[in-house]
Parts: sequence; C-alpha cells; structure tokens
Amino acid sequence: MQTETTLNKYQAYDLKFMDRLLTFLSSDQRSGGARRLVQAVGVPLAAVALFLMLWSVLAAKVQTSLGQLPGPAKVWEQALVLVDEHQAARAKEAAFYQRQEKRNAEKLAANPNAEVRIRPYTGAPTFFDQILTSLVTVATGFLIASLIAIPIGIVTGMSQTLYAAFNPIIQLFKPVSPLAWLPIVTMVVSAVYVSKDPLFAKSFLNSAITVTLCCLWPTIINTAVGVSTVDKDLINVSRVLRLPWLTKTMKIVLPSAIPMMFTGLRLSLGIGWMVLIAAEMLAQNPGLGKFVWDEFQNGSSNSLARIMVAVLVIGFIGFVLDRGMLLLQRKFSWDKSAITR
Amino acid sequence: MNDKCHLELTHVNIDFPTDTGPFRALEDVSLKIDKGEFITLIGHSGCGKSTVLNIVAGLHRATAGGVILNGREVVEPGPERAVVFQNHSLLPWLSTYENVELGVKQVFKGKKSRAEMRDWIEHNLELVHMSHARDKRPDEISGGMKQRVGIARALAMQPEVLLMDEPFGALDALTRAHLQDSLMEIHASLGNTVIMITHDVDEAVLLSDRIVMMTNGPAATIGEVLHIQLERPRERLALADDARYNHYRSNVLKFLYERQKRPEESGEADDAAAPGTDDPREDVKPENIALRVVGS
Repeated sequence: MQTETTLNKYQAYDLKFMDRLLTFLSSDQRSGGARRLVQAVGVPLAAVALFLMLWSVLAAKVQTSLGQLPGPAKVWEQALVLVDEHQAARAKEAAFYQRQEKRNAEKLAANPNAEVRIRPYTGAPTFFDQILTSLVTVATGFLIASLIAIPIGIVTGMSQTLYAAFNPIIQLFKPVSPLAWLPIVTMVVSAVYVSKDPLFAKSFLNSAITVTLCCLWPTIINTAVGVSTVDKDLINVSRVLRLPWLTKTMKIVLPSAIPMMFTGLRLSLGIGWMVLIAAEMLAQNPGLGKFVWDEFQNGSSNSLARIMVAVLVIGFIGFVLDRGMLLLQRKFSWDKSAITR
Repeated sequence: MNDKCHLELTHVNIDFPTDTGPFRALEDVSLKIDKGEFITLIGHSGCGKSTVLNIVAGLHRATAGGVILNGREVVEPGPERAVVFQNHSLLPWLSTYENVELGVKQVFKGKKSRAEMRDWIEHNLELVHMSHARDKRPDEISGGMKQRVGIARALAMQPEVLLMDEPFGALDALTRAHLQDSLMEIHASLGNTVIMITHDVDEAVLLSDRIVMMTNGPAATIGEVLHIQLERPRERLALADDARYNHYRSNVLKFLYERQKRPEESGEADDAAAPGTDDPREDVKPENIALRVVGS
C-alpha cells in the first residue's frame, strides 16, 4: 500500500529514475534484507559448491591416457605446486645473481681494472612469468587496436563517405578468425622486423599484432554506431546554437558515443584475451597458451591438473579484465544506467 | 513591407517525401506576430504544430512560402530563435550550469567577459529558480526541473523569439501550473516573443495573447485565431470564475471537438505529422479502381 501512494506522488517526476528506485525499494520491502543477502551471496556460493561436487564426481569416472581426469582437489594441489615452483625459480634466480655479484666483487678487489659483466638468468619461465607475458601481450595488442580503431570509428560514424569507404573492408575482415592471420603476421614480422638488437621479441610482436587484428573490429563498429546515432534532438540543439563543427564533435557527438565506445572496447578486450591464448598455443609464443601446450606435450600424470589450473586462471583473468573495463567505463561514462552485466 | 511586423509566416507549405510521393503536411500557413506577443498553437496530434515551430526555428525548410524575422528570411537555425524542446534535450553529461553555459559561450563569445558570462548564467538559473541545482546532472533532477533548465538555456541565449514545443507536456498538473506562472513572470519582465505549442486548453487561454487553432492534417492550416483580451498579470484562481475566460475556453474547445473532431482521438501520435498516416492517396489502390467500359 505504501508503495502505491509513493508511486502516485512521484509519477509526475522523472518516471524512468523513479521507476528504478521504486522497484528497488518495493523489492526491499517485500522480501527483506535477509532474502537479498541470500540472493547476493548464498545462491552463488551454493552454485559453486554444486559445480565443484559435480566436477569431482564426474571427473573420477573419466580415465584418460594421462590417468584419471583431475578433480578439484588435485587441481588445487597442482596450483600450490605451481606457486612453489615459481618461488623456487625466483630463489634460484636471486642466488644466481648473488653468485655473480660476489664473483665480480672478488675480481675487482684483486684487479680494479678487471672487466666484469652480469650474465642474465636464463631459467625456464614459470607459470606466473607466462601469465605476465600474456598480460603484457594482450595489453599491447589491445592498446594498439584501440588507438587505431577509435579514430577510424569516429570518422566513419561522422562521414557517410568514409563509412561507405571503410564498410566493405570492415565487413570482410570482421568475420575472419584471427588465427588465420597468424601465419601471415608471422611471415610479415620476420620479413619486416629485422634488427640486430630487437627491442621486442618477434614472438611477442606476432602475438600482439594478432590480438590487435581481432580487437579492431568491435571497437570500430561500436564507435561508429555510437557516433552516428546521436539523439536527433541533441543535434538540433547544436544546430540552434550554431555550434562550430569542433565544438559539436567534442561537446555533443563524442560524449554521447562514449557508452557505445566502451561496449566496443569491452568486447574487443574479451575477444583479444581469448585469441591470445589460442595464438600462443598455435605459434608456441611465450605466454599462458604456451604453458598449456607444453603441459599437453609433456604428458605427465600431473599435466591435466596443471592445464586445468591454467584454464581457471585464464577465466579469472578474463573476468578481471572485463571488470577493469567496467570500472573505467563507470569512471568515464556519463550514462551510469547503460552499464550491463 | 510592414515595419511593425516582427515575425511573419507567409503562405508556408511543406511537403515531406514519402515512398508514395510527397506528403503535404502544411498548406498555406500565414501568420503575423508582433514583438513581445505570446502565441500558442493548438490542434490535434499530427496536425503539424511542431512542423510550424520547426520551420520558424529553421530546423525544417518550407517547400513554398517562408518565414521573415525582422525583415530577413529564416533559412537556418540560430540562437536568436531559441527552442525549448519537448523532452528538454539537455546534454546528460553536463551539469545544469554547463548546459546553460554551452549556449551562453556560443552566443556571447567576445561580447561578454568570463565573469560576465558566469553572472549571466547564474542570473538565468535564478530566473527559473534552479540556482540550487547548478552542479547537478540532468539525471539527478526531476522532469520539471529539467524543463526549467531547458527554459533557462533558451532564455540565456537572449533570443528574440522563444519557441516552445509542448514544454510542459510531460509534467504533472502542479509542476505545470508552477512553471506556467514562472513563464508568465519571465515573459512579463523580458518581453520576448513566444510561440508555444500546447495540447492544454487552459494553458493556452491563461498564457496567450492569441491562440492559433490549427485544422487537422494532411495539408493542415490555420483554422481560427482567437484574441485573448484578458489583462495581465493574470491570476489563475481569479480567472477560474471569470466569464470571459470561460468563454475563450469554450471557444477553443468547440473548435477542437466540434469543428475539428477526429474519428479517432489518438492524442499520442507524433506531432510532426508522421508522413503517410493520413494520406488520402492511400485509398487509391488497384482494387479500389473500377473500370467502366463506355460506348460498346
């Protein structure tokens, strides 16, 4: 009843906002705080528990050539092993440098003019090194793609002519699996990027450029749509004010396209992350994908559990990347309601 | 040419292109408006009221005829003909102050100093009683408040003509009455020429010097013009018992519901005379054409 009177009282004002507020309030009144807590925390927890149970029961029934399919317990165990291995490798590395420094110090003490140098540590990358490599690669690829795609999106959205020019190219390349690009990218990079003292490894460039190639399209398309579908009334406002082109673009067109732009960026980053793992597997470029592939080739009894750790970590990182974009969007976009799950 | 005439619409026709050929939304709309006059346009949905307003604003070009403001033809939109849009059309990413500022900066660039502009923006927000919300974004204020800011933005451009497209259409009765009073105050003190579209007969009689009643489309035109000779300032409570007020009111009602009665009272349809909806040529279809053989 109370809800009903408030509804009438507020109907007059901003309906959309009030509607949302009232839905929130009325659901609160009906079900109470406890029920919402159960919904927010209890249900997801129960679902995860159920998933883990099903996983352990069903995994026990599958026998592979590498032994039984690992359940959650085995995977957890291997996750800890991976952490230990990483710490061990770090300790080894620290010791390696320490030895060199000591040796050099002794050399210099004996002969101040002695030529000393520190040789870099060349141990195999650990799981965590591979995560870092993948993150740097995806960030690089995504950044390059965004720097290219946003301006192209803006100009194609604003000019019919440029849209007509770019559209066939975008439509043709958009559906191409980026993995099809990989051989071409590899060959082009080998041919073009020749340097005695390369700043980046070729494998890094290959992966990053492949990520770039697939991150371009969603951002271009969404930016262009955002820019070209500015509310007609707002355009009329700018016409009545006789805003110059640049002011119109900066004050009206771009801000109104920001939500769509972020949608494109989020899609791009998600796709980029997925593609990167596949590219790393396929091209044997360092990163999480290579870790998975190496474990697969390795074929020890722990390999499947270690791969599953990688799978979970890949999923978790993908999730964190998406949330990160969402936070950025919240910070930069005016349209707080446009943020979806 | 008559020097006294401030704003003149002469034989305005407008055709919108449709798949079945041009659709005539307005035909032969002629109106002379004096400086400082308050005109309301009233008529059923789809009769082209908004189209008239958009032509004066310069957002649409008349197919034939034209609009003259102070002896110059209106060919494009401009800040001397400020528009208050039906759905306020504030930029959602700017605060109340910044929304008004956008127009002020454009109109007074090089004419006012930065401090003068700030004072002017604040003065206009004060005029519509919105100073308290100067830093709020449009989604943080109510519909009535947004409409006030829309009016402040228009007023701050110091327009000669204020064009209002159903500015209070989406508001509740109380807010609406309040804004009508504010508008009368502002009009009395600034003396802008106002053309306002409304669906509300009481609003039209209360505010106007003249009510322009439009016939139904297609090819809508001005059906009747009613002079409201009530002295200002007007007081809505006193007028409620005023015989002249009720006479004007019933005149408008009669025009709308007897002379221009529509078979379907839609009321919700788009005012922009949606092309094709009332097209009489739709009746001309192959199955409706009978061939008669004459002679044999």
